[in-house]
Amino acid sequence: MKENLNILIVGVGGQGNILLSKILGEVFLNVGYDVKISEVHGMAQRGGSVVTYVKAGTKVFSPLIDKAEADYIIAFEKLEALRWIEYLKKEGILIYSDYEIPPMSVITGVYKYPDVDKIVKKLGVKFYKVDIPSLLTKVGSPRVQNTIMLGVFSRLIGIEESYFRKAIENNVKPEFVEINLKAFAIGRNVDLGEVKI
Amino acid sequence: MRRLMLGNQAVARGCYEAGVKVATAYPGTPSTEITEFISQYSEIYCEWAPNEKVALEVAIGAAIYGKRAICSMKHVGLNVAADPLFTVSYTGVNGGLLIAVADDPGMHSSQNEQDTRNIAKAAKVPVLEPADSQECVDFVKKGFEISEKYDTPVILRLTTRVSHSQSVVEEDSRVEIDYGYKKDIQKYVMMPAMARKRHEIVEKRLNDLKEFAEKTELNRIEEGESNLAFITAGIAYQYVKEAYPDAWVLKLGMVYPLPERLVKDFCSKFEKVYIVEELDPFLEENIKAMGIRNAVGKEIFKMTGEYSPTFIKSAIEKTQVEPPYKLNEELAPRLPVLCPGCPHRGIFYVLSKIKDIIITGDIGCYTLGALSPFNAMDTCICMGASVGMAHGISKASDKKAKVVAVIGDSTFVHSGITGLIDAVYNKSDMLLLILDNSTTGMTGHQDHPATGYTIRGEETFKLDLVSLCKTIGCSVVEEINPYNINENIKKISTLIDKPGVKVLIVKAPCRLHRRYKYVLSKRYIDKNKCKNCKLCLSLGCPAISLKEVPTIDQNLCLACGMCESICRFGAISSVKE
Repeated sequence: MKENLNILIVGVGGQGNILLSKILGEVFLNVGYDVKISEVHGMAQRGGSVVTYVKAGTKVFSPLIDKAEADYIIAFEKLEALRWIEYLKKEGILIYSDYEIPPMSVITGVYKYPDVDKIVKKLGVKFYKVDIPSLLTKVGSPRVQNTIMLGVFSRLIGIEESYFRKAIENNVKPEFVEINLKAFAIGRNVDLGEVKI
Repeated sequence: MRRLMLGNQAVARGCYEAGVKVATAYPGTPSTEITEFISQYSEIYCEWAPNEKVALEVAIGAAIYGKRAICSMKHVGLNVAADPLFTVSYTGVNGGLLIAVADDPGMHSSQNEQDTRNIAKAAKVPVLEPADSQECVDFVKKGFEISEKYDTPVILRLTTRVSHSQSVVEEDSRVEIDYGYKKDIQKYVMMPAMARKRHEIVEKRLNDLKEFAEKTELNRIEEGESNLAFITAGIAYQYVKEAYPDAWVLKLGMVYPLPERLVKDFCSKFEKVYIVEELDPFLEENIKAMGIRNAVGKEIFKMTGEYSPTFIKSAIEKTQVEPPYKLNEELAPRLPVLCPGCPHRGIFYVLSKIKDIIITGDIGCYTLGALSPFNAMDTCICMGASVGMAHGISKASDKKAKVVAVIGDSTFVHSGITGLIDAVYNKSDMLLLILDNSTTGMTGHQDHPATGYTIRGEETFKLDLVSLCKTIGCSVVEEINPYNINENIKKISTLIDKPGVKVLIVKAPCRLHRRYKYVLSKRYIDKNKCKNCKLCLSLGCPAISLKEVPTIDQNLCLACGMCESICRFGAISSVKE
């Protein structure tokens, strides 16, 4: 791993954002890095836009990631991927789920849900898109998107798989460990192909 | 063992290691997890108190008895607890007393952005400010030592980014502390004659603490390699270090009282010293009052919101970061909404349908009733205010205004009860809706006196809100079910016009609470019967969205059935088409 790694995890309240950041944090800690994670609680739990910052490196000071500083953005929801896109570095990579949760402003017809794929391509961002709805059917649970995305991400950063599996076991409630490990494996084995621009 | 810990979790760990005996709090973001994590240590007695004033009084009792005690709250909670705070500053403690107060720069989940350091100074109480989770553990222990040595309560000031960030912590073992109880009315009974003497002691104590501040390792100078110099504390220290790793930094762990000689000496070495602190110019004003002329603070750093390394850099260098990927269009905002199945939705739908009423609101999940699509709330000031304000409006309008106050069960117990007593006593005409979802929803399902459970989930006496309101003297007290929408429109419309203080307890447990099980019977929309009138969308339920016609997302539906009850064409039912 290079000197410092900044990862932004974005999504909607209730999607398992904070759990994923804890798992990732533990992976980096066990590999031997200094780690900081920052999360926002409160109003965000009620279906609002949620972001968590995970930072790892030899010494991490600020727990925040600023605009143009993220090496990776992991997005659990398409619209949220766009909302945080200014935080991506020029050479950063966006990994986003093909999952749509229309916000109330769209449901009530005040705003339109944007054509995310089109805008991502137009911006020239490096990205991987993960077909979450079909993968969730494969796992057989609607609640493990976060570990599928972890599986996808784990392929990109050259840390041994066992660190991830251990961190899942340590952070997920015992009764859900098995399904989460299955979800992780499915995510890890998705054929992503080359990074797209 | 090295572990990643949330700042709040680390405060709890510090309390465990420091031998704390009693911990008490009222939940409030971003402070809530301190007490939740403490409840996992069986060595510490731990409770949810009805409000912060009571919580602090409990902790004071424990400290005077000779044990270490902690009381935790968010910044606005300190306003509620201010009354005992200002006087415990006079009595001092015996066993250590720590008050952990979490400020919320950026107002992620708060109604204002006040700076706790100002209250601490007014109360003449020392303040420690940790900058990461390890310091949370260390400063808790140090805080108790200072509290006992100088016979003072100590405030541990946290901010959202310290409370809700995880960083690495090294765990240690617990010590047991007991100073024993000694009766001392000169010290603990604050009648004027005794209090006058104590005030002298408080002033002397502040001077002693200033001396302590000069030599404690809580305040340290980090030598740099450039000419840039900073004075900073807490999370702002991390931002400075990341923005300028080569700068000189006077890092203050104790932000009140300040070490005057250390500060003057540091500032004399540089042409210019930047003072970096979120919110108020607290350090800056105190430092400038020492006669220091080369300090730069709020002239270039903002007074509102959170800081970041980029913000500090751009303020000093007057540059702007251009993100490589910029959006040209405005994205649909995603504001928080009431959850699918939430019982509050029913009552706000009803209130939005009744004309010409003034609705005073309060603090909790139900504050979201103020937002679209309901727009059914006129005010929100602080915990408990909805009741008193409704009474005030009733009086100001010569009882002509139709006033409805809404308040949650937890908030009602926190500080709505006294307002209700006032309204009855002074012959108000108002309707109070206690939205009783049997938990403290917004902060994550904490118990309170009306749920019948303690913080550790043990059963306890359950405060009966119906009997309570009757005893207080309300003219009408009834329980209603928020899911009966059509019935409630009639009932509330009629009740508003009756004289006196009327209370409806709108009772249905939070749909997301593990304790309450539901028989799930999800709803579907029959496309053949749907006339696309979109009335169901006006419920603002996240599970219902418009495809060609309104459609219910089965992953989100929590089977409350409210959409079925308002559909005029019988298109919604629990039968799949």
